Amino acid sequence: MGALTLTNVAKSFGATDVIKGVDLQVEDGEFCVFVGPSGCGKSTLLRMIAGLEDVTGGDVKLDGVRINDLAPAKREIAMVFQSYALYPHLTVRDNMGLALKQAGVPKAEIAAATEKAAAMLSLDALMGRRPSELSGGQRQRVAIGRAIVRTPKLFLFDEPLSNLDAALRVQTRIEIAKLHRDLGATMIYVTHDQVEAMTLADKIVVLRAGRVEQVGRPMDLYNDPDNTFVAGFIGSPQMNFLKGGPLGLRSDTLGIRPEHLTLGAEGGQIAGRVSHVERLGGETLVYVHTEDQGLLTVRLFGEHHHAVDSAVTLGIDHARAFHFDAAGLRLR
Amino acid sequence: MSQVHHSPARSIAAHAILIAWTIVALFPVFVVVINSFKSRKAIFADPLALPVPGNFDLVGYTTVLAQGDFFQYFLNSLIVTVGSLFFALLFGAMAAFALSEYRFRGNMLTGLYLALGIMIPIRLGTVAILQLMVASGLVNTLTALVLVYTAQGLPLAVFILSEFMRTVSADLKNAGRIDGLSEYTIFFRLVLPLVRPAMATVAVFTMIPIWNDLWFPLILAPSEATKTITLGSQVFIGQFVTNWNAVLAALSLAIVPVLILYLIFSRQLIRGITAGAVK
Repeated sequence: MGALTLTNVAKSFGATDVIKGVDLQVEDGEFCVFVGPSGCGKSTLLRMIAGLEDVTGGDVKLDGVRINDLAPAKREIAMVFQSYALYPHLTVRDNMGLALKQAGVPKAEIAAATEKAAAMLSLDALMGRRPSELSGGQRQRVAIGRAIVRTPKLFLFDEPLSNLDAALRVQTRIEIAKLHRDLGATMIYVTHDQVEAMTLADKIVVLRAGRVEQVGRPMDLYNDPDNTFVAGFIGSPQMNFLKGGPLGLRSDTLGIRPEHLTLGAEGGQIAGRVSHVERLGGETLVYVHTEDQGLLTVRLFGEHHHAVDSAVTLGIDHARAFHFDAAGLRLR
Repeated sequence: MSQVHHSPARSIAAHAILIAWTIVALFPVFVVVINSFKSRKAIFADPLALPVPGNFDLVGYTTVLAQGDFFQYFLNSLIVTVGSLFFALLFGAMAAFALSEYRFRGNMLTGLYLALGIMIPIRLGTVAILQLMVASGLVNTLTALVLVYTAQGLPLAVFILSEFMRTVSADLKNAGRIDGLSEYTIFFRLVLPLVRPAMATVAVFTMIPIWNDLWFPLILAPSEATKTITLGSQVFIGQFVTNWNAVLAALSLAIVPVLILYLIFSRQLIRGITAGAVK
């Protein structure tokens, strides 16, 4: 229960089109991540699914039922917000139970549901506190608990980890992934962080300027991007884009990931100078300034030493390179 | 090297200016209060002298309490002020919520129209208001005053509160909508507590002019039963003779209730019970 279908969904504020005809199928139990740069419309799309924004055109269907004009509370969805959005005047217990109370569920059932969710998220000890007495990570767990208690058809996450610090973000990310496995519920997750998208998603939807650029499993997007935008957005550090002309290629642009460039003193295809080195222990990122291609990133595994300003040459692993035309579309 | 540490000289200068200003502002009130405890002769002999045995006299207070129905005047003022305050804050907050929360045609124009009320003094409409009150039979009722003061307080309330309500987290309101709260519950339970400091500010700014107003009570409700304290004090100011003891005593007494109301609201200003709601 919880298959979502978007058919030519559009949204405009006055004359400005924010979402320009999105078609998407999210299967029951799938973890779907909307990813894209800020302003691409991913949050708006999520809010349209939640019913917090009107849908200007197209259909939103949940389990085959059109829910365009249904009030948010009637859609059997739950949402987790970036700013947690806990009710300041209620305790953790009441925050989690409010939706069920509004729906007229008997008190005993509410108590059972909140206790169960609290146990899942180890919130038991905090049930009597108010949001102001909790840390950021605890607040986000309460917000997630509030969503679980409703046993919705669809979970919506709006950049839930953005306000947490790096260590907590990784920890909460793992918790969300575990939650998805345990509940088996359909989840839609919005983020601008491609690492979150890659690590959590069954299916990634890459959005740009209100349009879907590509939909696919994380590794499909990584290994088989449709265009330069997706190729550049997925994967960190970013893919290098080389002009085809100086390399004697027919294609307009050649895309090569930093790990598929080789670095040597001589014998490579492109000559350049080391402009900066980042040594991260497990890997070393070497930024090479080249005459024809500008700044290129090379990713080496393990520890390497390269002096800044030393002359190097770069080799391209042509088997792993992607070719794009002038419009940025992939040439296969 | 660091601008963060305040130098003692700066600190002293700032405090000196603030203290000087406080003295200037409080001096007239101080003079009124000390003279209200002195005999008529002592007031004129040395207006700045403190009440000491010899010039101490409660005649002002006894006159005020004996003459006229001062308790009734107080009650009238309190009813009018609290009533107007309640309605101005309630309707002002509701309008502000609608203006800041919903997108609708004419939102901007409605907001501007309401803000216009801040710039145009309500007294310009006195004649029309009086005609209206006569026609609706509300002359010499406290209702007339409450209605007029509510209208007078609304523009500022809407203006300030709508600005504050824009700062209330949209996520919080949306969370309420998803949990099935009605728009009224969202307004009363989620938004209003978060804008409480702004409400207190508006309350103070709205309350003082109402309490001190002489104009509308004189025109709309001058009857004995509906006199407010400011109007009631006027009986001691005659064309030829003014009973200064009584005037000063009445004014001193009139400060007390509004001071209490102010203290109530200023506590709200400081209280930060909603901290940590979001983020």
